[in-house]
Amino acid sequence: MSRLPFARRKSHSEPGPGDAGKTGSWRVLRPLIDVQLCIPAKTKKMACFNCWLYCPDGVVTRTIPPTIDYDYCKGCEICAEECPAGAIRMVEETEFVKREQ
Amino acid sequence: MHCIESGNVAAAYGVKLARVQVIAAYPITPQTPLTEKLSEFVDAGEMEAEYIPVESEHSALAVCIAATSAGARSFTATSANGLLYMSEQVHWAAGARLPIVMCVVNRGIGAPWTIWNDHQDSISQRDAGWIQLYACDHQQIIDTVIQAFYLAETVSIPVMVCYDGYLLSHTYMPFEVPEAEAVDRFLPPFKPAYALDPRQPANLNTVTLPDVRPDIRGDLAPGYTEIRHNLHFDLRQALGTVAEIDAQFKEAFGRGGSPHVESYCCDDADYIAVALGSLAYQLRDVADMLREEGMRAGVCGIRIYRPFPDEAVVEALARAKGVIVFEKALSYGNEGALCGDIKAALYGCDPRPFVRNYIVGLGGREIRTADLLAALRTATNNRGATCEWLGLKL
Repeated sequence: MSRLPFARRKSHSEPGPGDAGKTGSWRVLRPLIDVQLCIPAKTKKMACFNCWLYCPDGVVTRTIPPTIDYDYCKGCEICAEECPAGAIRMVEETEFVKREQ
Repeated sequence: MHCIESGNVAAAYGVKLARVQVIAAYPITPQTPLTEKLSEFVDAGEMEAEYIPVESEHSALAVCIAATSAGARSFTATSANGLLYMSEQVHWAAGARLPIVMCVVNRGIGAPWTIWNDHQDSISQRDAGWIQLYACDHQQIIDTVIQAFYLAETVSIPVMVCYDGYLLSHTYMPFEVPEAEAVDRFLPPFKPAYALDPRQPANLNTVTLPDVRPDIRGDLAPGYTEIRHNLHFDLRQALGTVAEIDAQFKEAFGRGGSPHVESYCCDDADYIAVALGSLAYQLRDVADMLREEGMRAGVCGIRIYRPFPDEAVVEALARAKGVIVFEKALSYGNEGALCGDIKAALYGCDPRPFVRNYIVGLGGREIRTADLLAALRTATNNRGATCEWLGLKL
């Protein structure tokens, strides 16, 4: 469904992934989860999930192990800050570009 | 119903007849009796509206923005520094395309404090993206308020109805109050182009990026430039809508016929005075006196200031030798804002009338008809000066 004529006269957005496009392209640092340290991954229990809870963009899954949707993760680093196990480290995006090259 | 009442009460009757659903206002002289009257109507059960008392003008318009976003017909009113205090929300309401109607009971701006009339308050908001209509007498106040809701809701742009503090707000004049059934036939209930709905949650007026962006469906959502372009485009189109609504109003109530400018003896006039608000009617007496003296004088009252009715202005003024713009406001450091607009509208005319500018009546300084007469008598002499001042006592 395309936007109604009136919707082209003002700015509004509906809830759902993808408003403003793939905002993952804004990311400078990429969070990587170490499943050896991650509590739900290690214990195989639906526990902790601080990363899922705190993520302001809702891009972390509440699964074993948790996964991150890099299409929309802006790399804000909150998950890494909140992880009680120190399982999430932030890696420069340039590292991945170098690896691809 | 025929009645003799103040201009503020005329506005209040218009709001009542428009079946406004939400009123939020903060009292300020000379607007106060208008909001007091509305409060009485609601208290007495004569209006089925929510009257929301607020602690400031900023909140008054914020309440109207929220109410209109939820689909309610809403109204506020203010004057002078109150309008400036809500200025951030004034711009917001236009960008959000909310059809709010606001009466601006024109008063000079402090510092220094003045409670009396001039037009600096509404003129200072001319670039906010609102439609600005000016009324010249009590009948025009009530008629314009009723039409303003129809206009705002048709084009999804907020409308200011401006009228002179004290000169109109507190003086008593006879006017006709239309029958409620006739107004109901003229003004349909508010059907918002978009309204908040909990079943379809949405984030309104979200941040735009410098360029267009895809939305959640992958469709391109307009960027800031597109949204602002569309506001401007729709404002220009609104000139036609104003004329259509005026024609419908005239058919229903027998009044109107001058939606853009109100010309008085302009057809054969060599010299035409231009003004906003009640001053345009005062100038009619001056034109009559000049015609008795043998000068072919006319008056052009500007009824809609934004969008600017440039075609109607050219139609009314282009044949004159000289145009004299009397203004109760000033673009400080330049000239009267209206004068600049008149000059711009006439720029492409050949031959082109000269345009002179008189600043009058700031802060309620009495505008003496004799002074207007003297100024127009000397209008044949185009001194080419920037704005001159009438009644100045240096």
